Amino acid sequence: MRVRLNGQEREVENGATVAALVESLGLAGQPIAVEMNRRIVPKSRFRETTVNEGDTLEVVTFVGGG
Amino acid sequence: MADDPLRIGPHSFRSRLILGTGKYPTPAVMEKAHAAAGCEMVTVAVRRVDLKNPGDPIMGHLRGLKVLPNTAGCFTADEAIRTSFLAREFGLSDMVKLEVIGDKETLYPDLEELLKATRTLVNEGFVVLPYTTDDLVTALRLQDAGAACVMPLGAPIGSGLGILNPLNIRLIVERLRVPVIVDAGVGTASDVSIAMELGADGVLLNTAVAGAKDPVAMAEAVRLACCAGRLAFCAGRIPRRATATPSSPDAGKLGAGSNS
Repeated sequence: MRVRLNGQEREVENGATVAALVESLGLAGQPIAVEMNRRIVPKSRFRETTVNEGDTLEVVTFVGGG
Repeated sequence: MADDPLRIGPHSFRSRLILGTGKYPTPAVMEKAHAAAGCEMVTVAVRRVDLKNPGDPIMGHLRGLKVLPNTAGCFTADEAIRTSFLAREFGLSDMVKLEVIGDKETLYPDLEELLKATRTLVNEGFVVLPYTTDDLVTALRLQDAGAACVMPLGAPIGSGLGILNPLNIRLIVERLRVPVIVDAGVGTASDVSIAMELGADGVLLNTAVAGAKDPVAMAEAVRLACCAGRLAFCAGRIPRRATATPSSPDAGKLGAGSNS
């Protein structure tokens, strides 16, 4: 199925959880935050939250800044 | 007094400098500069993970430092609030350096949106450090809104112009209960000293250190300048006067005539 991830169309496995998606991106354990359809998905809910066709996801981290 | 810790909400710091993490030549230089500055907290920006290169280049270089996420690049209260909530999800800090930019050219803040975002985030339990202009009335309103400190600019972000309106900074320092941290505009060590001599509780800077030819040496210079400025403020400077007053006594000068 297709989702919109950080502004780009992306193919993910049907029924994937946020945890699986984060792992597939190599981001497990990293300081990240996830928003799904403009709502934050707390880390404690990554395993139980499933991604659906057409969802819009934002995965953010911190970078150098002032 | 000179040794008093800097208190921002529930957080306490021995160092009165906050450094950035942007624009350094390499992460290793950044790490050395942070150590040379003796800072305990650094700012970071919140951005989308680069999906082509998801490794985080700076994470491993911030050991032992408190992380202060900013909302740089946000132009509305809503954007800044959204970014703050995401930043809190990192689980690293309840603090946020709140920036709501009103003008792309000068990066001056949108004060109306800033106040709105401050009120909301304070209600949501954030420790809010708002970046603002050097306007006293706005500073007072931010304090009333529950800001943990106020961070007036010395000059536009990244300009290196120093403290353009020392009078305004002093007025803010004299009138506020919460700490005043001069944020933005610092070009070199003396600018940090001036801010601290005016009574600022701390200074936040990035480009002055990161963009110096030798960032580590500049970091050491701003550390010393911060200490010197703080000491001078606590020592209580002499009043300015328009006329000369000799430091040596008039009495007993050679050839001064009779002793009547």
